[in-house]
Amino acid sequence: MSTQPRQFAAFSRLLHWMMAAMVLTMLCIGVAMVVSLGNYHVLVSIHRPLGIAILILVVVRFVNRRLNPPPPFPASMSRAERLAATASELAMYGLMLVLPLVGWGMLSAARYPIVLHGSLHLPFILPHSATLYAVLRKTHTILAYLFFLTFMGHFGAVLFHTLIVRDGLLKRMAPWNIGH
Amino acid sequence: MSTYREALGESERPRLGIASTLARFALIGVALAAVAGAFAYFGGWLTPNALTPARLTDAFEHVGGVHAGFRRNHAKGVGVSGFFESNGNGVRFSEAVVFRPGRVPVIGRFSLSGGQPYVADAPDEVRGLGLQFSLPDGEVWRTAMVNLPVFPFRTPEAFYEQLVASKPDPKTGKPDPAGMKALLERHPETVQAMTVIKSQPVSSGFDNTTFHGLNAFRFINSAGDSIPVRWLVTPMQPFEAASAASGPRDKNYLFEALIAQIQRQPARWHLILVIGQPSDPTHDATIAWPAERERVDVGTLTLDRVESEETSAATDINFDPLVLPAGIAPSDDPLLSARSAVYAQSFTRREGQAKPPSAITPADVRRGN
Repeated sequence: MSTQPRQFAAFSRLLHWMMAAMVLTMLCIGVAMVVSLGNYHVLVSIHRPLGIAILILVVVRFVNRRLNPPPPFPASMSRAERLAATASELAMYGLMLVLPLVGWGMLSAARYPIVLHGSLHLPFILPHSATLYAVLRKTHTILAYLFFLTFMGHFGAVLFHTLIVRDGLLKRMAPWNIGH
Repeated sequence: MSTYREALGESERPRLGIASTLARFALIGVALAAVAGAFAYFGGWLTPNALTPARLTDAFEHVGGVHAGFRRNHAKGVGVSGFFESNGNGVRFSEAVVFRPGRVPVIGRFSLSGGQPYVADAPDEVRGLGLQFSLPDGEVWRTAMVNLPVFPFRTPEAFYEQLVASKPDPKTGKPDPAGMKALLERHPETVQAMTVIKSQPVSSGFDNTTFHGLNAFRFINSAGDSIPVRWLVTPMQPFEAASAASGPRDKNYLFEALIAQIQRQPARWHLILVIGQPSDPTHDATIAWPAERERVDVGTLTLDRVESEETSAATDINFDPLVLPAGIAPSDDPLLSARSAVYAQSFTRREGQAKPPSAITPADVRRGN
């Protein structure tokens, strides 16, 4: 008899924690660099390649999610809770895809070179346009704050389940194997 | 044991007491507040008095006024284009493709400093030249140069102080002399730099002006050797001192002369590298390097086309001095990162705004010849 797995697949968990660290770093670098004079250049030089790394990894993650479907939600979660959890998950997946693309697009529209390392750089994906840049630059900021808020909701909900409901929700994503 | 209990379902868990529940909610609150607090710290919300790119750009707007769609500094300008022909002499200092023998396209912009896009041309106004070299491998090199041999301020903070102090008093139309005096007392390096700047005669026009890259950079060659370098462009057009006569001059006489000159004959400059010694300061743009430092002519810049900002591709380019190709890297000069940050801020503010016609219109450029 095959039982449903209680945990995400090991590779899914690896992607989750790795990208959680990358995304949080990105959001902090993002808000820090726009107010920094002395560290602006160093932070921007990390922000751009890190954003592209997230873009690549989120595509890997989409594929992985098809190959390794998530385990069921704990029985303690109501329909509304499941809906909210799924919606926030979708929002974060979407933002991990769209934020780097908007960043790439806005740099393209402004004709800022998108240097990854040394002479390695990305092609422009949009025409040189002040208007496009202005719109995308604002969009980039708004989506980033939205991402931070969604993350806070996600973090708060997991803490709530772990400390108050105590339904073992976090164990689904624990970095170690919990067995069956 | 615990695994077994979980398998039975969560209803088996002992109920939490009120105190325990409250403590756990408090813990959640603390955790969320800690994350939000860290985010706020990084975003500068906890240090509202720190000097930021936005505050520095505000200072430009405070002094020069807000002119929608225009650069917050060096607001008045024209676009130019042409090419750079490298002679290969730069290859031994930098692996940047731009220094290999050959020709790369260049676009650029001549400007006058200050935030006022319609200011009258004056010989003493600081002149700027922004350049973008488009390398064959898709890399770009941008530099924003001025006609000062050294920069009067060592740090962004000192520059900010000067900006605020330079705001004309509405009563006298001039900056408060006491404020300027206090500034110079606090910054002896500025006094010293001003002496160097004043010892250089100002030329009659843009075309016979020497422009300096100001900050030091690091050049890295294919062997991996890294050396400090400064650069400048020296005009092939003969020097002529700016006339001291204060007769009636056209409001745009400097730009009009440049347009006429380029339309008559392309204007040309030598690109000169000044090769620093390890002992030369790279973190301080107020100090000139010793005059005996090796100077290497690495090629010729030719500007053969001039355009109004209305049609020039240079208008929507940020001449960020840290857009560099592989082979050129920033030095430890704190002004470099600050310039990059403030240019980006100014760029973002102006790109979203409808821009009224520039002082030099397409008709002015057509009339030039």
